[in-house]
Amino acid sequence: MVCALGIEGSANKIGIGIIKDGEVLANVRRTYITPPGEGFLPKETAKHHREAILGLVQSSLKEAKLQPADLDVICYTKGPGMAPPLLVGAIVARTLSLLWAKPLLGVNHCIGHIEMGRLITGAQNPIVLYVSGGNTQVIAYSNQRYRIFGETIDIAVGNCLDRFARIIKLSNDPSPGYNIEQLAKKSNRYIKLPYVVKGMDVSFSGILSYIEDLAEPGKRQNKRKRQQEEEVTDYSQADLCYSLQETIFAMLVEITERAMAHCGSNEVLIVGGVGCNERLQEMMRIMCEERGGKLFATDERYCIDNGLMIAHAGAEMFRSGTRMPLEEAFVTQRFRTDEVLVSWRQD
Amino acid sequence: MSLEILKQGAEGRLYLGNYKGESCLIKERFVKKYRHPDLDTQITRQRMKAEAKAAGRCLAAGILAPRILHSDLNTHKLYMEYFDKAQTAKQFIQETVAGKTEDLAKQALEELCTRIGGIIGKMHSNHIIHGDLTTSNILINPKEGDYEVVFIDFGLSHYNQATEDKGVDLYVLERALLSTHSEQPYLFESILSSYRKECGKDEEAVLAKFEEVRARGRKRTMIG
Repeated sequence: MVCALGIEGSANKIGIGIIKDGEVLANVRRTYITPPGEGFLPKETAKHHREAILGLVQSSLKEAKLQPADLDVICYTKGPGMAPPLLVGAIVARTLSLLWAKPLLGVNHCIGHIEMGRLITGAQNPIVLYVSGGNTQVIAYSNQRYRIFGETIDIAVGNCLDRFARIIKLSNDPSPGYNIEQLAKKSNRYIKLPYVVKGMDVSFSGILSYIEDLAEPGKRQNKRKRQQEEEVTDYSQADLCYSLQETIFAMLVEITERAMAHCGSNEVLIVGGVGCNERLQEMMRIMCEERGGKLFATDERYCIDNGLMIAHAGAEMFRSGTRMPLEEAFVTQRFRTDEVLVSWRQD
Repeated sequence: MSLEILKQGAEGRLYLGNYKGESCLIKERFVKKYRHPDLDTQITRQRMKAEAKAAGRCLAAGILAPRILHSDLNTHKLYMEYFDKAQTAKQFIQETVAGKTEDLAKQALEELCTRIGGIIGKMHSNHIIHGDLTTSNILINPKEGDYEVVFIDFGLSHYNQATEDKGVDLYVLERALLSTHSEQPYLFESILSSYRKECGKDEEAVLAKFEEVRARGRKRTMIG
């Protein structure tokens, strides 16, 4: 019987979740939304989180119908992420731990996503595609570690989408990726973009520069190139969104399939914010069907950063005997998925 | 002609068949319905051509790779030499580790890695970039009490003299080894040391580029 409260604040979402033996008791979240054309900056994001976090703790306890005394452990995101927002969660977690005399656990954000996905979907030992604003990784479990088989060699897929949304001034509400997905539904005109797969790794920065050029031909540095392509710039924003999605998702599906063949697995689990994109899920499902496999995916409540996943991963760690002294309750911007010893899995 | 399906790889289905009387492996890159038809056609053609070209280049350079007997762009089928007794380096490594004492296994694997590294060096000195170096794409083919090392799956390969591409090729291999054979951390080191002897005059530049790609990689552990 472990009842855990989890605090997540590694990027622009601040979320609190409470879980008791795999049963969801509360999952509340607030998102820092910036005006179109702007991204979220560390300092302002931290300010947003500071203003929201205490209210969220109270409403999560209320929703779960629990008193602080009912909790067994307080969990927070230790990394990876932006330092100032991470610190907000860590400081509140430390304070609550001392105030309520409860043990404290720092959780790896990526592990939180994976464990939450496994809990919600019931996938046993899948290949995990973890796609978000800061991460793009293909992961498989072996020998008490989540090992990274493929990843981006430059920017994350969500970062590529977010930055493109900024260029064409799409709204950040509820999220840039969601608005790209909706706009993409209005087109079926495929524009050829670079397609960059290197083994099980991918690269997005070249695609982003290329599509930036298409979206804003006037800004192009190279004048000769600009004149050459002057006639063929009747792309609509929808065409560009559609083509961008088709290209980068095909790359992700391809490296996932390669990891499946390499590891001999036939289950796929998609987690992370980009994972709630329905077109990505559809493409992955078709790939799985073509090879007799099975897809597991979740919706935005669990895909997008949330406190519940931190609570759940923390509860698993706590149950398997992991403890953390208060002196180690810091945050780190760089915290690789394969650094964590997965003490709660024995397979 | 009914074909016996061997397995479904990452890129397509593998069948046993024959071409003009010779038994062979048929690799069919079937249409992937998840991608846009234009993109699918483009990728399939590009990869089939790359595979056939690279195999020819390797053989010319004295590197073992399956001979391509025939390629049919309309049915997306590539007919190639089949090594029926071969196993993948991945299986070989796992079996060696399971069946031998630690010291003997290490010795046998270091020998294997020396050979692999030498071949990759030779490939790069001929400017062939494999593009997908993993232990699933290297075959161990038994021969007269010994074995020979055969490279397969050249779909992502290309011809390039740039150190960048060679560096990325090494990086992809290192990552594949770390994730697949995490209990044998010495593998990549042996590969790299014999690679250096064979990779030609660009040795320093390629290694420097490799370190650069690695450092680029580490930045990835950020914001999520």
